[in-house]
Amino acid sequence: MDWTLLFEQLLNGLQLGILLFLLAAGLTVVFGVMDLMNLAHGSLYMIGAFVAATVAIATGSFLLAMGAAIVAALIIGIIIEVTLLRSLYGRGHLDQVLATFGLILFFNELVRVVWGPEGLEMPLPAFFDTAVTIFGFSYPVYRLGVIGVGLVTAAFLFLVVSHTRIGMLIRAGASDRTMVGALGVDIKLLFTLVFGLGAALAGLAGVMAAPILSVAIGMGEEILILAFVVIVIGGIGSIQGAFVAAIVIGVIDTLGRSFLDDLFKLFLPANAAETAAPAVASMLIYILMAAVLFFRPQGLFPART
Amino acid sequence: MKIRAILWMISAALAVVGLLAVVFVATDKAETVKIGFVTTLTTGAGVIGRDMQNAVDLALDHLGHKMAGLDAEVIYADDQFKPQIGKQKTQRLVTRDKVDFVSGYIWSHVLLASRKTVVDSGAFLIISNAGASQVAGKLCHKNIFTTSWQNDQVPMALGKVLNDRGVKSLYIVAPNYAAGKNMVTGVERTFRGKVAGKDMTKWPGQIDFAAEIAKVRAAKPDGVFIFFPGKHTGAFLRQFKQAGLNGKIPLYSVFSVDSISLPKLQKAKMDGVLGSFNTNFWSPDLDTPANRRFVSGFRKKYGRYPSHYAAQSYDSIMLINSALVAVKGKLKDKDGIRRALRKADFQSVRGPYRYNQNHFPIQNFYLRQVVTDKDGNWTNRIVATVFKDHKDPYYKLCRMRW
Amino acid sequence: MKVNLKGGFVAALFVALALVPVAAQLLDQPFYMLVAQRIMILAIAALSLNLLMGYGGMISFGHAVYVGLGAYAVGISAFYGVTNGAAQLAIVVGVSALVALVFGANSLRTRGVYFIMITLALAQMLFFLGVSLDVFGGDDGLNIDQRSTLFGLIDLNHRPSFYYLVFFALVTALYLCHRLVNSRFGMVIQGARSNEPRMQAIGFPTLRYRLTAFVIAGVMAGVAGALLANHTDFVSPDMMHWTHSGELIFMVLLGGMGSLAGPVVGAAIYLLLEELLSGWTVHWQLIFGPFLIAVVLFGRGGLLGLMEKGGPMAGRERDDG
Repeated sequence: MDWTLLFEQLLNGLQLGILLFLLAAGLTVVFGVMDLMNLAHGSLYMIGAFVAATVAIATGSFLLAMGAAIVAALIIGIIIEVTLLRSLYGRGHLDQVLATFGLILFFNELVRVVWGPEGLEMPLPAFFDTAVTIFGFSYPVYRLGVIGVGLVTAAFLFLVVSHTRIGMLIRAGASDRTMVGALGVDIKLLFTLVFGLGAALAGLAGVMAAPILSVAIGMGEEILILAFVVIVIGGIGSIQGAFVAAIVIGVIDTLGRSFLDDLFKLFLPANAAETAAPAVASMLIYILMAAVLFFRPQGLFPART
Repeated sequence: MKIRAILWMISAALAVVGLLAVVFVATDKAETVKIGFVTTLTTGAGVIGRDMQNAVDLALDHLGHKMAGLDAEVIYADDQFKPQIGKQKTQRLVTRDKVDFVSGYIWSHVLLASRKTVVDSGAFLIISNAGASQVAGKLCHKNIFTTSWQNDQVPMALGKVLNDRGVKSLYIVAPNYAAGKNMVTGVERTFRGKVAGKDMTKWPGQIDFAAEIAKVRAAKPDGVFIFFPGKHTGAFLRQFKQAGLNGKIPLYSVFSVDSISLPKLQKAKMDGVLGSFNTNFWSPDLDTPANRRFVSGFRKKYGRYPSHYAAQSYDSIMLINSALVAVKGKLKDKDGIRRALRKADFQSVRGPYRYNQNHFPIQNFYLRQVVTDKDGNWTNRIVATVFKDHKDPYYKLCRMRW
Repeated sequence: MKVNLKGGFVAALFVALALVPVAAQLLDQPFYMLVAQRIMILAIAALSLNLLMGYGGMISFGHAVYVGLGAYAVGISAFYGVTNGAAQLAIVVGVSALVALVFGANSLRTRGVYFIMITLALAQMLFFLGVSLDVFGGDDGLNIDQRSTLFGLIDLNHRPSFYYLVFFALVTALYLCHRLVNSRFGMVIQGARSNEPRMQAIGFPTLRYRLTAFVIAGVMAGVAGALLANHTDFVSPDMMHWTHSGELIFMVLLGGMGSLAGPVVGAAIYLLLEELLSGWTVHWQLIFGPFLIAVVLFGRGGLLGLMEKGGPMAGRERDDG
């Protein structure tokens, strides 16, 4: 066993998990508070990435790109909340799914019309675009940056949720929506704010992912499914649940891709192992989700009891 | 009341049928050769389809939109990267538009889903990309021709390059789908060194390769081989660079570092790709009369270098034209058209080639390197010829004789 | 029988479907016959999903798996030389029932979004299994050289014959759904949707009822898959991808959840619109997306819901969790 490799892969898993958390956090808050199943969350992530890459190519500044992406996602998020999604609160999840799927189609095509079909690569400042040696192996600087930004965001969210008035309302909203309304809170404004927060988080996830994953049309959909897996395993509406689930999924997925073939080769012929390992590695997170839901049908940290 | 309802029902039924009838009636102009072209125009892979569509348009320009005196009409269809949709679009082309030729097809699963529809209709199928081994072997057909290659060939050429360059151990990363597996088989056919490791990634969902790249670094190979069509290339190359492996482990690729990915990579200043090697049957700098005309025409019209997808599509149209010229525009003369197609008697951008018994080209394969051209654009340039008149490894499984 | 706008529309749709081959023959344009055939096949799958969604409140996000299983059952048996339709049907029913039983038993404990996600997870496993099965073409899929044979009674290679077989299957499926929904069994399922504890208190083992419904729906979708395999002469894992499960859900929603013929209308509208719009412009999604949104905003209860206020699902609010 190569212990440095194992440690490096654990770090990779952590980093993937952090990225998933950034995307899932917004999703789970919106889901928890407004009971809105928003598939277009992935579109906001995509828009964040496209805006960030465009600004980065034009100015060369990562921070400007980050700011622009968050603001763009926030504005577009608030626009769709006010014009469309607001009227879907209180509807069934299915209506929300259908309408927000319509948004996905619309935004995908809009992005193609604006940016063309080829997608973008987001440039990075040189010191970000290389590796440093830590703990005896070299690791990409940018990925360390992603971990850092993710942890800061997570800490910020925990603070907001547990120590501020809006956080209290978010928690209250996640556990009993009607009660919050009855308390005389301006629900409309609260919902817009919360949705804006979710959209900004999606935009942030888009910026952080862009320099690693390439910016392309439809980039939101595949990762959206993963984000849903995260929030369901974590328990809908729970930020700490999303955090734990994201890290667990990131680590398990990464370890599966890393070591499953060697593991299979211990008891299978090489050929069979080479076929089976990628297949099982692809299924791993779904197996995990099915198992978690089998034993805890409300996820790991149910927000509503 | 009841009668009114029934009347209403009948009139509604008639209205629906009438509406369909309007849709049905496709005006059928006489003296037109119709070519259906199936490719991916939406989704992230739409960038490949655009290159192909542009090349076909350019070919039509070069032909003056005429083939042997007939008006040439190309009908594009978007498969949305889904076999089911590709199949239905193909059905539409052969049964509704009644095309004489069907061309295009990027993806082998779309091709394999659509193949029977074309063959059963009696139209000719001119494949412009998908190099499925089945079609080169057991599923070869007298009316199916390919202007590209069989999947295994390009990586086979690369395997030989690796041997020649003294690469002793190789790490392979490719997506876990049919073409990806073909590419791996191809390189393993010719590469004689040791495969230090092999990762088949989830396709098309996986674009984070941190785990695979960490394994590459740990395995310390003499080279790493990748195949990633479309957006995945950029992602892999970035992450490879961010891991600090640029210049430490040489990168070899097939169908990844091409004129579709290079402009994007250049915009993001990812100069690690400069100098890397890949193999292909064609290159923008290949010095043939047809290629000079094609590349300069393409660059003039669209402002960028064409990719191999474009080259193959341009050739598909030119091949069809050559056959129609040979039969003097007699579209009914299927046997004559087939005989002419088999001769491949046209100015291919790759230079002259022959057809093997399975209707796949017998052609050269080249080693290419990424360089900066005199205008500062990144492009591929031929370094050496790897294979001369190479035949794909599946043709013996094809029972067709001619 | 009360004939109203909605009933008239549905009847007109079926009359039109019955007449499509005639029109196609007259105009020498078989293409729209193929389109209509595909619509009907997917309508059967959507009907079966509606049993779960509309009546049982079970939103399965993995229903395309059964379509894929049915298709693979036909494809793999043809691969091994078994083309007898009856034998194939037995395999299709057996396989899809078994998988639905196992998946249902694992997922029916959960509710709402958790149920949606667990059905997705189980479906994705089978999808990846299909991709990795190299014997059957993996991701490339499997060609079906010979369509199912039906003792020489119906030749599936003869387009109108095949078409009317599918038409017959659709009408049968619709009739079965009608009988099922209005039976005691159907009442229990619908009762369990709105108030499961009450149904249990009355003494119905609701889980067993819901599981049975899940299996029935799986088998129906499997049969649709068997027809689809013959329609396309081809099976591939793509059929089981979650996007196709999503499409089935949209068909049900478009037509109107919980109305018997809704899914048929939904399948027709969804597939025709996609076909016509995508044939017209590459940017069709710019129109299709807002169309879906408009249906949600203005057509509560789907397109059929527009025609009939006060249907079974009028005033439907959050019955899914």
